[in-house]
Amino acid sequence: MTSSPPSSSPGFWHQILHAPWTWRVTWFYLTLFLFLPMAALVLKALTLNPAEIWRIATDPVAISTYNVTFFTALVASIINGFAGLIIAWVLVRYEFPGKRFLDAIIDLPFALPTAVAGLTLSTIYSSNGLIGSFLDPFGIKVSFTRLGVLVAMIFIALPFSVRTVQPVLQDMESEMEEAAWSMGASQWQTFLRVILPPLMPAILTGVAMGFSRAVGEYGSVVIIAGNIPFQDLIAPVLIIQRLEQFDYAGATVIGTVLLLISLSALLVINLIQARGRRFYG
Amino acid sequence: MADSSFKQPIAATAPKPRGATSGFQWGKWLLVAFVFGFLGLILLVPALNVFVQAFKGGLPGLLDTFTSKFFLHAVKLTVITAAITVPLNTVFGLCAALSLANKNFPGRSLLISIIDLPFSISPVVAGLMLVLLFGNRGWFGPLLDANGIKIIFALPGIVMASIFITMPFIAREVLPALEEAGTQQEEAAATLGATQWQTFWRVTLPSIKWSLLYGLILTNARTMGEFGAVTVVSGNIVGKTQTLPLFIEEAHTQYNSQGAYTAALLLACLAVVTLVLKYLLERSAGIKSKGH
Repeated sequence: MTSSPPSSSPGFWHQILHAPWTWRVTWFYLTLFLFLPMAALVLKALTLNPAEIWRIATDPVAISTYNVTFFTALVASIINGFAGLIIAWVLVRYEFPGKRFLDAIIDLPFALPTAVAGLTLSTIYSSNGLIGSFLDPFGIKVSFTRLGVLVAMIFIALPFSVRTVQPVLQDMESEMEEAAWSMGASQWQTFLRVILPPLMPAILTGVAMGFSRAVGEYGSVVIIAGNIPFQDLIAPVLIIQRLEQFDYAGATVIGTVLLLISLSALLVINLIQARGRRFYG
Repeated sequence: MADSSFKQPIAATAPKPRGATSGFQWGKWLLVAFVFGFLGLILLVPALNVFVQAFKGGLPGLLDTFTSKFFLHAVKLTVITAAITVPLNTVFGLCAALSLANKNFPGRSLLISIIDLPFSISPVVAGLMLVLLFGNRGWFGPLLDANGIKIIFALPGIVMASIFITMPFIAREVLPALEEAGTQQEEAAATLGATQWQTFWRVTLPSIKWSLLYGLILTNARTMGEFGAVTVVSGNIVGKTQTLPLFIEEAHTQYNSQGAYTAALLLACLAVVTLVLKYLLERSAGIKSKGH
């Protein structure tokens, strides 16, 4: 683990001899701060017997948290997929006052700590808040409900959907569109057949990245949600509740489920990107 | 949506500049209005609300929190955590990027994926891993206990959690810059008799300084704002292991709105500074923002 990976190119060995310590620092750091903690989780999970793992993983409260977490994250990332496409389109294709400002604040969710996001969203979307008070007469409650979880997840995952599509749209040649146009394709046909296909890998990557981020999100959701089991309790909050009860086995199993889902999402992202490169690279 | 976006499309015959067609472009302005509305509801109004709420109690309200002992301790702990985490991750990020750049070996893309891994792991799970490793019932718990070392519910745990969460930022910003700079100049410097350190300081570093700075800014912002991982490992002991994000949550649950928003104001200012620096770096150095 601490040695360099094998290579056949002589230039590589030359480089290794010249700067071996950067390798050593990299692997030492990864081992200490990444592999060791991950191994701790996996080893802990392996010490439990399968029946116990299954019982904890399929406990009704646990199932309801997966339900809330994954379903809400999926809805949030799909909404962001559509909104992100429109935002990227507007930012790339149109000129309008305030464009640069809008472009800059897209990254706000990356820069604003999640605790701050949760705090301000829960105030604004509460039934007497700035936006929540408009929704309240219609019987729509956002803060302390699943809808609140959705709003928080949309907030934190939005930049992924914009920033993955934007550069692809920017590099897109307009000749194909113009050709489709001049050959009499309708606006809709041009969009569906000419513009959308090459954007698809980027859109899906953004959705998958946003999903992955939303599934793991804790800070903003814990503040805006009521954290009530079977209603709006998410899996990361359940892990913390289990830890507070010193139920390490429970926390480990749910943590492992979350980890496996995150790794699957990562795999999907890589597959989409590999596919995208093959077809449109 | 797509339909309306083509109301005034690029002319089919002559390649006119986009948006230069005559008449009022309904499609365009509808979409622009949608974007303003959506971003307003999700980003802008919530962000402005932080400033409005923080100044609701006027200057006395702000000063009240600013002079509170626990608030000041939370600020101090947040700054100390960043002061340890950012340099350590800078060394790692530079080493990792230098080991990967302009090289080709089997498993290279796997290593890049491994370095990116912390972005895909829930912060709460990252914290859980550290508790299982160093907590008093964890793998190294008895050993640490016997030697009187405290990692969980103490500063080392908070730092390790922050290191885990922000590990990839610098490597992934610096790596593309190194690739773009190539190796010719470094090789030239080496041929002319420069030592490794001289080459690094005089040749490599100047070519990656903007990307490095960008990575530093992102690492710092994420470290100071990290909540999920720190919650798990810190124990949230007021005046001891409470960072600013934890202070916000506690003040909020105790209906201390002024306290919560004062702390939020500080972190929101950090976010604004981060965004402005990011914007300036993107403009001056041509760094493109990616999905993180």
